[in-house]
Amino acid sequence: MDVDISNYVALSAVMFFIGVAGVIVRRNPLIVLMAIELMLNAANLALVAFSRAWVNNAGHIFVFLVITVAAAEAAIGLAIVVAVFRRAKNVDVDEVARLHG
Amino acid sequence: MILFYVLAVALIASAVFTISQKSPVYSVVGLLANFLVLAAFFVTLDAEFLGVIQIVVYSGAILMLFVFVIALLSSGIGPFAEGPNRLPRVLVPALLTVLIAFGFVAYGALHAPMGALPVHTPTSTLGPVGSANVFGSVGDFGAALFTTQLLPFEVTAFILMVAVIGVVLIAGDAVPQTTRGRHGVRRKRRTVKEREPIVKAGRS
Repeated sequence: MDVDISNYVALSAVMFFIGVAGVIVRRNPLIVLMAIELMLNAANLALVAFSRAWVNNAGHIFVFLVITVAAAEAAIGLAIVVAVFRRAKNVDVDEVARLHG
Repeated sequence: MILFYVLAVALIASAVFTISQKSPVYSVVGLLANFLVLAAFFVTLDAEFLGVIQIVVYSGAILMLFVFVIALLSSGIGPFAEGPNRLPRVLVPALLTVLIAFGFVAYGALHAPMGALPVHTPTSTLGPVGSANVFGSVGDFGAALFTTQLLPFEVTAFILMVAVIGVVLIAGDAVPQTTRGRHGVRRKRRTVKEREPIVKAGRS
């Protein structure tokens, strides 16, 4: 495939900012976590594209690390959602403001 | 080239579908489509092992976790109360933030010396499966992971251990129907009225 690497970077940027928009706009914490996954995957796409451009698989190793971090983040984020839901039967990122300064 | 644009449109469409759905279950379906398209991108970029890992770990493990939590929270009363639509209030700051940040990234992407990169053209696109000489294959990835990139691999193990301990600490305890105290001391089962009242976490 003879696609210039800047196309992949532009696509990655668009996907990243769809994730940013999801984090800012949505109130459901589950969808906020999914938007964070979108942002991590956009970064993965850019890493794989650059790794392909320089024929160097250090980027692949970094994507492996990012996938691990995403798994840990999803597990802890969902645990926090479950813990908050146990205390207050209403999960809304605007309503959970007890630590609000 | 056509494949790139078809996949790119599918990627953007599934991402927009993910963040625009009202029900989290539909969002999970959109995210699944997004991950599958991204795995196809990885395969076209000669990262076949990462494409497989993308499907197995993301679609198999992380999305299953989301589905289980949605099922857990939706089993009783409806957990996500229909509040007032706050989108008009946050629309302008959200759009400003996204546009300014996107402007920075687009500026960097347009002014980087992209054309000078030595784009790799594989001589044999279909090497033997698992051969260590083919870029992005399992053998190539594994050889790098266990020799030159050993430190990230061990950091990965540490991150997973921290995640396991954190999840057990955050969500493993405090089941309301427990008959056992926090430190294993057996205590009398309390009736419903004696339990501590559920405090609503509102702004107060």
